[in-house]
Amino acid sequence: MSKMLQVNELSYRYGTKQVLHRVSFAVEQGEFFGILGSNGSGKTTLLKLLSKELPLQEGEIVWNDVPLASFSRKQLARIVAVLPQSVDAAFGYTVKETVELGRYAHQHGLLPKWTEEDERAVQEALEKTGLLAKQQQPIDQLSGGERQRVYLARALAQEPKLLLLDEPTNHMDIAQQVRLLDELKQWTNEKRLTVVAIFHDLHLASLYCDRLLLLHEGRVVTSGTPSELMEEATIGRVFHVAVRRQAHPVLPVPIVTFLPHVEHMSEGLASITVTTTSEQLVITTKTPFKVLSSAVVGAGFQWARYFVNRHVPKQYTSSDPEAEMKQYLRERSFDVQQTIGMMTAVYVEDAAFVYEKDSGVSLCVMVTAGVGNAVDVTKAWQQNASSSVGTINTMIFIDGSLTDAAFVQAVMTATEAKTKALSDEGVVDPATNTTATGTSTDCIAVAASQTGREYAYAGSATALGKAIGRAVYEATIRALRNYEKRKGEQR
Amino acid sequence: MQKSFIRTSLNNTMIYAGAAFAAAFAMLLGISIGALSIPFSTIIDIFLAQIGIASKHHIPDNLVQIVLAIRLPRVVLAFFVGAALSLAGAAFQGLLKNPLADPYTLGVSSGASVGAVLVLFFHWQIPFFSTFTLPFVSVAFGIATLFLVLLFARKVDRRLSIETIILTGIIFSAFFSALISLMIALSGEELRQVIGWLMGSVAMRGWNYTLMIAPFFLVGSVLLIVNLRELNAFAFGEAVAAHIGVDVAKRKLAILIGASLLTGAAVAVSGAIGFVGLVVPHMVRLVIGPNHRLLLPLSLLYGGAFLVLADLVARTIISPRELPIGVITALIGAPLFAYLFFKRKT
Repeated sequence: MSKMLQVNELSYRYGTKQVLHRVSFAVEQGEFFGILGSNGSGKTTLLKLLSKELPLQEGEIVWNDVPLASFSRKQLARIVAVLPQSVDAAFGYTVKETVELGRYAHQHGLLPKWTEEDERAVQEALEKTGLLAKQQQPIDQLSGGERQRVYLARALAQEPKLLLLDEPTNHMDIAQQVRLLDELKQWTNEKRLTVVAIFHDLHLASLYCDRLLLLHEGRVVTSGTPSELMEEATIGRVFHVAVRRQAHPVLPVPIVTFLPHVEHMSEGLASITVTTTSEQLVITTKTPFKVLSSAVVGAGFQWARYFVNRHVPKQYTSSDPEAEMKQYLRERSFDVQQTIGMMTAVYVEDAAFVYEKDSGVSLCVMVTAGVGNAVDVTKAWQQNASSSVGTINTMIFIDGSLTDAAFVQAVMTATEAKTKALSDEGVVDPATNTTATGTSTDCIAVAASQTGREYAYAGSATALGKAIGRAVYEATIRALRNYEKRKGEQR
Repeated sequence: MQKSFIRTSLNNTMIYAGAAFAAAFAMLLGISIGALSIPFSTIIDIFLAQIGIASKHHIPDNLVQIVLAIRLPRVVLAFFVGAALSLAGAAFQGLLKNPLADPYTLGVSSGASVGAVLVLFFHWQIPFFSTFTLPFVSVAFGIATLFLVLLFARKVDRRLSIETIILTGIIFSAFFSALISLMIALSGEELRQVIGWLMGSVAMRGWNYTLMIAPFFLVGSVLLIVNLRELNAFAFGEAVAAHIGVDVAKRKLAILIGASLLTGAAVAVSGAIGFVGLVVPHMVRLVIGPNHRLLLPLSLLYGGAFLVLADLVARTIISPRELPIGVITALIGAPLFAYLFFKRKT
């Protein structure tokens, strides 16, 4: 099956300077197709060839099996509309007069009549771009972003099948950019409009484009879906910047983040201070640590400086513990965005700390443990949710730079160590009378300074894993004993 | 600042009607006022009689003669010249996107002037054309200049970009002006004639001159009017014009030729009358906005009316002596322009 737009072996030279080398790609109807590349990669030249602004030198551009060269200017304008990067300011023309120009290719004769069809197309374009109310305003009184919308409306009034955009969101603020691209995306879905757009912004490109073409020094590096294309090595090579790829929090698309040459400095564990009151245990770091946690506040990956283990009464209930905890933190002047917040019914004065400095690994573990709610997770399916309070909160602080994999492995290793500690202390799930593996509300945070020694993994075979295992095991045992001791005293 | 273009309160028909009325009124005034004042009613009677609707028995013959043979051709010529220069000026300003552009930017008028001055300097007399030798040679020089300029500009830059056109025009204008100065420096008794011609005048030309400009005026005007929408498109740049479907090269050439025909013909019959082609389009634009759909027809009508009035002032203000019309156009035009410009700012 032939594609709607087919570009074959396209080359272009300005004088002796070769700017495009045998570029080939194809675009299907209804696709949102992005062109990416650094400055001077030939993006704009490619777009100008597609709009016939530059003459074809080598190769061919085919539109539905017909060479683009065989279209007259007017015929082409009924198929292809262009939104250039910048448009000469034409003073005094109103929004509507500007948009009306888009109907040029649809009019015939020397002095053509303005038809109802023309008026409908103009009004529709004005409506789509949200300019209906401004149609009588002179365009020189509009903001840059609004003016760009006027030119988009003019392009839409052409009722094209293919829309070529050269950095369409250049003069817009972020809200306008997202709104414009949302609309374009919607039109590609609903009207089967095809969009070929040059992007500067990798984020926006991967959010909106169905497929991307990556140009480097006039050659196609690769093309494919954003997920295929947004590869750290490829992007790094083409744009000469270090990037890290991540998942979008909501959509199944990648996000690439730049790694600027800003050194992340940290004094590491040496800068940690611990403050304990009957109400809370607060660990403060001088510089932010990267944290992977299951805490009430700050779950997932975060950068944080405050680690709060809050004592709550056994009767504590809240329909929205996260909001309640944030409120609690705010009242105590914590920066909520930089805080990991856990809760426990255990007395936080009973926390156990273990410092580990062996085999070059430097880490610190804090555990508060209560086992009134101990559960054997392998038998948990047999019993109903329990209401009694009891929690093991574990915080691990590591001097060093961890990969995502190391963070996850650190959590696994710490959990295994905790389970072993419970077993060795003979903690029993009261419901099943089997050895407990944890409590139903356990919480963990693994925090790393992200400076100094690099750790790719943190499994039990690695020095870091071994250190975590030993420190967590020891801290959990001591916390459990503190807990038992206090229970004994209370009786 | 909210521009209050008149068009938001008046519809286009009213605007055209107003301009047409102004033009007709100016022409009636031009015919009426002179050494012998002729009332409007008499003038209209003479016209009606001429087309056979009324009888002219009660009108003195000398009045009919003055109106039809002396004042009418002069007024009509002034109108044609003013209309042609304004229309050409509006088109050049629009196409070249340069507010300083005027009909003389391209150098066509300098070429036409060289032709005219050569005729005066060498006392040329082409047998068949006799007294028409001057305008004929002048138009021929103007057209030749146009093609030279375009040919040269194309050699420099195949796309015929605006900068190239303007610079080429400057080169040719400067060269031709030098040629004219050279002839002035070398001339003896023809000096007064040459200077008089260069300052421009629509006096004592008669119907023959008036009819001579007509075909050029017609072709040039039509060429520009059918390119109204393209001129609007060019206001947003050539790239945009191409994107919306304008055949840029073809249309640009059509506009250049149309405007140059108007300019060359106007210069050939009346000399290089300044200021009209620069200022009238600006004044119209200040009032009704830049849309060429209105700008071109209104520049035509108001430009014509303006030159008729300027000529009226030139021949009456210190009569029986006549002032050069170019002096009057600037004397009236500059303050009027200044006023409109000032009003727009506040």
